[in-house]
Amino acid sequence: MAGLDAKQESRATPPSWPDDVYRILKDAGVQQVAMVPDAGHSRLIRAFEADPETRLVTLTTEEEGVAMLAGAWLGGQRGVLLLQSSGVGNCINMLTLPVICGMPLLMLVTMRGDWGEFNPWQIPMGQGTQAALESIGVIVTRADDPDLVGQTVWGAANLAFNTWRPAAVLIGQRVLGAKNFKELARK
Amino acid sequence: MTNPNVLLHRRDVVNELLRDRGDLLVIAGLGAPNWDVSATGDHRNNFPLWGAMGSASMIGLGLALAQQRRKILVITGDGEMLMNIGSLATIAVERPLNLTIAVLDNERFGETGMQKTHTASGVDLAGIAAAAGFRTSRIVRTMEQVTDIRDLAHQGKEPVFAQIKISPDALPFVMPPADGGILTTRFRQSVLGDEALHN
Repeated sequence: MAGLDAKQESRATPPSWPDDVYRILKDAGVQQVAMVPDAGHSRLIRAFEADPETRLVTLTTEEEGVAMLAGAWLGGQRGVLLLQSSGVGNCINMLTLPVICGMPLLMLVTMRGDWGEFNPWQIPMGQGTQAALESIGVIVTRADDPDLVGQTVWGAANLAFNTWRPAAVLIGQRVLGAKNFKELARK
Repeated sequence: MTNPNVLLHRRDVVNELLRDRGDLLVIAGLGAPNWDVSATGDHRNNFPLWGAMGSASMIGLGLALAQQRRKILVITGDGEMLMNIGSLATIAVERPLNLTIAVLDNERFGETGMQKTHTASGVDLAGIAAAAGFRTSRIVRTMEQVTDIRDLAHQGKEPVFAQIKISPDALPFVMPPADGGILTTRFRQSVLGDEALHN
């Protein structure tokens, strides 16, 4: 398994794509950030925590954020929903709102149950994430290369805010690095 | 004073909540609360829901944060509120001063055959809201208390939660437009002006 270890080590330096995403979201006019935290979003969340112009709202479940950002749009503000793929399933019926009302919704989804996953319980929702989103009418694009996350988010933000519909970016585990709690437990 | 032992009628309650509404912005939860709000007259500053059960309170939060100078009143049902009870924690933490949530509590799922909700077994929504952090959270049983909630909504000094006990009447449907695009666009145009049509 030496190859796997080498891939993990190549991710030792902090990734810069969250900084790109932060600038892109600021340029897009995002003022409300709704989230259930994920480790993959932690750097982006820290950037918004330090930004007094943005309202960062922690949710009890991801579907709250879909409704909150519908309210934000009704009041003239743009937002983004940060969530892990496991939270996508929680959102499905609530996505009726942006789909049927012609509202923008930008969702940035960090993937589990994807490349290199160690936890079998993450597989069902992770493998179902894209199909579930597309089934309710969300436009989905994937980013599996750290260098392409920024432009993928830029494209989805434009789709969402200029054509008034929900768009999701799935940020793959190939970008985030696969966790392995079992290895951590052995150390 | 109305007799606290006689349950209030839902349309009397909503008529009072929306009396002299001024520039109040109203979110109406799906089902009977939507028909009740619509029975007071279709209005561009209403956003009545036909689906997305559980969304009303959080739409209210997003709107309250975006429009901090306006007063926001969410009128919804006990079943709708119970479906997203966690939102009371989120809203209490965010503490939007301009948001009032009024739950019309008939202790029933009205649209599906009047099956009992948890409030029929004593679940205390106002107590849950208070425990989450709403400093003003009340169970309302008289029209005078409804008037107090109406006035608090217009004052906009703190988040307010009201669990208003009503009789389980099944009333004629009074429907607003059902097209989500129309409801969204006219609400935004009313709140934001014609600029809303261009972005």
